[in-house]
Amino acid sequence: MKTTVTANTIQIDGRAVPVNGERNLLELIRKSGIELPTFCYHSDLSVYGACRLCLVDIQGRGIQGACSTPAEAGLVVRTQTEELRDIRRIAVELLLANHDQQCPTCPKSASCRLQGIARQLGIRHVRFRPVHAPEPLDESSVSLVRDPNKCVLCGDCVRFCGEIQGIGAIDFAYRGHEAAVLPAFGKGLGEGECVNCGQCAALCPTGALSPRPETNDVWRALHDATKTVVVQVAPAVRVALGEAFGMMPGTDTSGRLVAALKRLGAARVYDTAFSADLTVLEETHEFLERKASGERLPLFTSCCPAWVKFAEQFAPDLLPNLSTCKSPQQMLGALCKDTLPAELGLAREQVVMVSVMPCTAKKFEAKRPEFKVGGNPDVDHVITTQELAHMIEEAGLQFDELEPESFDLPMGFKTGAGVIFGNSGGVSEAVLRHASEVVAGHPVPVSELCMTRGEEGMRFASVEIGDVVLKLAVVYGLRQARTLVNRIRNGELAVDLVEVMACPGGCVGGAGQPVTADGQARRQRTRSLYEVDKRLDLHKSQDNHYVRESYRRHLGDIGGPRAHQVLHTHYASRRCASEGCAAHATCPQVALRSEEPAI
Amino acid sequence: MIAPAEPSVEAEPMLKVREILDRHDHRASRLVPILQAVQESYRYLPAEVLTYVAQELDVPAARVFGVATFYAHFAIVPKGKHVIRLCDGTACHVKASMPILDAIRSRLGLSEQQATTPDMLFTVETVACLGACGLAPVVVVDEAVHGQMTPEGAVELVERLMAQEAST
Repeated sequence: MKTTVTANTIQIDGRAVPVNGERNLLELIRKSGIELPTFCYHSDLSVYGACRLCLVDIQGRGIQGACSTPAEAGLVVRTQTEELRDIRRIAVELLLANHDQQCPTCPKSASCRLQGIARQLGIRHVRFRPVHAPEPLDESSVSLVRDPNKCVLCGDCVRFCGEIQGIGAIDFAYRGHEAAVLPAFGKGLGEGECVNCGQCAALCPTGALSPRPETNDVWRALHDATKTVVVQVAPAVRVALGEAFGMMPGTDTSGRLVAALKRLGAARVYDTAFSADLTVLEETHEFLERKASGERLPLFTSCCPAWVKFAEQFAPDLLPNLSTCKSPQQMLGALCKDTLPAELGLAREQVVMVSVMPCTAKKFEAKRPEFKVGGNPDVDHVITTQELAHMIEEAGLQFDELEPESFDLPMGFKTGAGVIFGNSGGVSEAVLRHASEVVAGHPVPVSELCMTRGEEGMRFASVEIGDVVLKLAVVYGLRQARTLVNRIRNGELAVDLVEVMACPGGCVGGAGQPVTADGQARRQRTRSLYEVDKRLDLHKSQDNHYVRESYRRHLGDIGGPRAHQVLHTHYASRRCASEGCAAHATCPQVALRSEEPAI
Repeated sequence: MIAPAEPSVEAEPMLKVREILDRHDHRASRLVPILQAVQESYRYLPAEVLTYVAQELDVPAARVFGVATFYAHFAIVPKGKHVIRLCDGTACHVKASMPILDAIRSRLGLSEQQATTPDMLFTVETVACLGACGLAPVVVVDEAVHGQMTPEGAVELVERLMAQEAST
């Protein structure tokens, strides 16, 4: 092949492509419109170079992995040769040989990357026989299922858990053909340090890690004439569900979502944004009280169940600083179970609360012993956005043709402050919208309080209201949270309020959302939630008259004893729950924890 | 990094481990030598000890487990008092190492699935290469290397150890 290389370009398959600061050759090749297959490359994670699918032929260097080659000007690269084709196909064939090929019943069926790449490379049959005996599923976690028979050892999950979440709950173990991705000591995922964020499952190219489905439980409740199913829907769900039906990312599907749930048989459809408004009132009260007394500052938010478990494990000394507010999911669950049975003339057990969440950790949260009354949980079942999409599909509903319906009152009524909870920075902003008014003694325009918005994983903002300065920190990704916590501990950083969310971009980037290849869809969801806020009549939680009504009728005063009973909780260290502890056998913590995985 | 809020492991049994950790300045980069020392002291790597090491070095327990299972040298199940390693590298294999393995195993009543005798006196394992190909086939009993081994010679070695154990 004739080669003409001009300055600052790389020749890819005979065409000069300008180099423009791409991190590696793979990024440049993809930018030039060639979608090389990969399992182990993920732009937010370190380069691993294990799957050997992005191999290219570089003149003078031979065959190299594009992901681990810097995009140096002057390279002459070929992405398609007979040899490369052979190597790629054999690599995938070997993966398939050791892969449980029960594709039609796999949770990742149709969205599986192994399936996609096998199709892309035109593999029609596998010449090799499997050498591994099938291994049992790991169903020890209430949030996730691990199927070792489907792992391709790309390590995406391992790197996300270690590099982004700073946990390392799973890692490579053993060696050679026995290599496997395992939790410590080969225990179950539910028994270790996993915080259930589920990002491993979102990244997993196959069905080796997937959210633990609860759709069967929900169907059963819906089909049970003695039960009344009440559904709550989290803010982030409405701007992502449409993606499962081919709509543009960020499409606000609120109306159709409610209609679908009604058609599926839900008696009431409430909005978790309503209880987010409730959270704002309680948390602001708590925040300003602490700000005034100077005690237990900074206040850490506690809406994110992955962060809460992380704090219990790795920062037990800071648990007193955690907001005692239950998360919006648990607040709405508690309020519904507290009020609806009497209102509907039913027993508590007859009211089944189902949450639709963007999150897998919410499944764990709902099953925590703290959130049960007489053995009956405040939230019975948690399904993810994806699971709801499956239910709509299973019911045969034509989602885009549904006539929009509105959430039921009173707990379907929300302000924009409750809706933006789904975004990183949204909880702080919602609290600011209330706190500013309390401190200033008069309403502060919402447009002046957007300083916690942004894309960065760690952000700081400071707000002056009269002579009070409120310092805020917003963080997503638990490794960043750990860094922030350490800076606070070392006295390097003085802030008043810290908002922590485990997932990229907050709940909109939750692992229960439809899986997308890049962050673009997630950013669109973020923008869309802010749009929904704009379109609503009210933007401040304190203006939600249905929330006020709730206080009048059920909850008493904000931050009062009745509100505390229903809306607050306390978390405790998991440090002492380790088996090496001398007092392990008699520890009350262990007893509490042992109730946890209710499977 | 985040310090543990309270010592979560009973002090006494971990005394030896703490000594080892101190010797290596609690440095995560010294994980392999630390595990070697732990194994020397406990004859294997007990899960509670690995958990403690992980916590003290601020390394995820899954990573420590990964390292412990990666190297053939490390054992996560208890080994017998005497470890008999038979080389089954290419040279030894060609020089008929397998009949030696069969002879040792049958003398001790062991198999591929059961590598350690119930009385915890003997463990028999194979290794890929000991780097002593000139002496093939090779058997290593504890630290002693025995070259140009035969099935009969290996059984004799085993019986000598058995006699020695019976007399103590």
